[in-house]
Amino acid sequence: MYIVASLAIVMTMCLALTRALLGPTVYDRVLAVNMFGTKTVLLLAVVAFLNGRTDFLDLALAYALINFIGVLAVLVFFQSSRERAAGKPGEQR
Amino acid sequence: MIVVFSLFLLSLLVVTAIAIVRSENLFSAVMLSGIFSLLMALNFFILDAADVALTEAAVGAGVSTVLLLGALALTPTEERRRKRERKVAATLVTVTMIFLAISYASFDQPRIGDPDAPVHRHVAPWYLEQTPELIDIPNVVTAVLGSFRGYDTLGEVYVVLTAGIGVLFLLSAGRPGLLPHRREPRIESSLKSHLIPHVVGRVLIPFIVLFGLYVQFHGEYGPGGGFQAGAIIAAGIILFALLEGEGAALKVLPPRVLVGLAIGGALLYLLVGVACMLLGGNFLDYSVLAADPVTGQQIGIILIELGVGLAVTGTLLSIFHAFAAREQ
Amino acid sequence: MAIVLDALSWAMLVGGALFVLIGGIGALRMPDFFTRMHASSLTDSLGPMLVLGGLALQSGWSLETVKVLAILLFLLITGPTATYALGHAASVAGLKGGTREYRASDPREPRA
Repeated sequence: MYIVASLAIVMTMCLALTRALLGPTVYDRVLAVNMFGTKTVLLLAVVAFLNGRTDFLDLALAYALINFIGVLAVLVFFQSSRERAAGKPGEQR
Repeated sequence: MIVVFSLFLLSLLVVTAIAIVRSENLFSAVMLSGIFSLLMALNFFILDAADVALTEAAVGAGVSTVLLLGALALTPTEERRRKRERKVAATLVTVTMIFLAISYASFDQPRIGDPDAPVHRHVAPWYLEQTPELIDIPNVVTAVLGSFRGYDTLGEVYVVLTAGIGVLFLLSAGRPGLLPHRREPRIESSLKSHLIPHVVGRVLIPFIVLFGLYVQFHGEYGPGGGFQAGAIIAAGIILFALLEGEGAALKVLPPRVLVGLAIGGALLYLLVGVACMLLGGNFLDYSVLAADPVTGQQIGIILIELGVGLAVTGTLLSIFHAFAAREQ
Repeated sequence: MAIVLDALSWAMLVGGALFVLIGGIGALRMPDFFTRMHASSLTDSLGPMLVLGGLALQSGWSLETVKVLAILLFLLITGPTATYALGHAASVAGLKGGTREYRASDPREPRA
């Protein structure tokens, strides 16, 4: 059963990776990375049980806590680049 | 089964790497490198290398995306198109030759997990046998990193410190001082106006720092140690900087304190080594730190892991602030 | 009792895996960004609930249960927040949903 679950998660990771490669907008890529992160947490947890190494759950916990920072950093990046574009009109970057 | 998984994830890694190289938009390259890091951590995990996987998780998930985006804010987002004649034939020949050479070399490799492989017969059995006796901690990786190969880890800490100094020098070019001075940030880009991420992020910060401390001081028992803990705590403080604006984070931890942390951590490691010499042992031979050699080893490992953690936190945060200062 | 718990946890694991997969297919096949986000965000909450819940039932009452539940808690807090933030950023940037084709005015790449 762990195998079924992990196979489904790996398949989903492939789908998310395809979405990240296809784009087409930048937001799709961020969405795909976010999905990929959640699936990584799940896969880490399931494989930890599959291998019987449940002391390695710390790793999934680390991702569950930290993955969020990447998305927020992207947001701040968008926001500051918009502010910059608004502050300096006419400058195309 | 696990080998099949591992192969599959490795091939995803190759696909992602090719996509990163081929993508001309740097932003999508940064996003794909996030996926690359997640896949890398999964591969390490499946190979049972939990300590390395935790390092990849701590650095790759939070810190490296932030730093890459910080770098991206200083550059145009599109790669400049160069006119170049395509040398398809030459490329194909080179890649095929390298592929054949590596494939040929791989025939001599032992199978994954083969107990008779040379790496498993050299010093590894000695480490496994001696760790319970000499150091008495469950996580052999920490014992190897902290004590048996303490010189290597000392070198790594100084590599991290040197890299940090190098980045600070590069990013402060054309400015009065090396450290980003206290200043009024002109563009106060923060998420204060976004209520939900702001509240949730603030709730999360204490847990991230707590988890970092757990990884720091639990490294003798589970996966973890100074490097991972330093990166996790740095990620927590970076989250604070993202939420409240960079100026608020600089008020809590000014640049001088950060550089002090980096240098102090590296010095703490070195001084533990010197203290061992003064007490009559060899450099970094912690057995002399206490009356009982095993306790001495444990004290030594805890101290040097603390030094590593401080050095990594200080260096990562200094680099982060250097990028943010350059942006303005 | 143990058999019931076992069966329940297996059912949750398989069900969670199914939802995760559905979310992946939706994120790949849906026509525009907001529908894709819809597909992935809902299953990103329900999938982990079922999968991690199944794992928690498997581990009984131990430190592992606490860790699994902590992972679940953090995922449930951060996932919807990240989705909200991303959707907000996309709509502020002027991305419009409901069209099959992207128009020239849609921001394909960041206008930084």
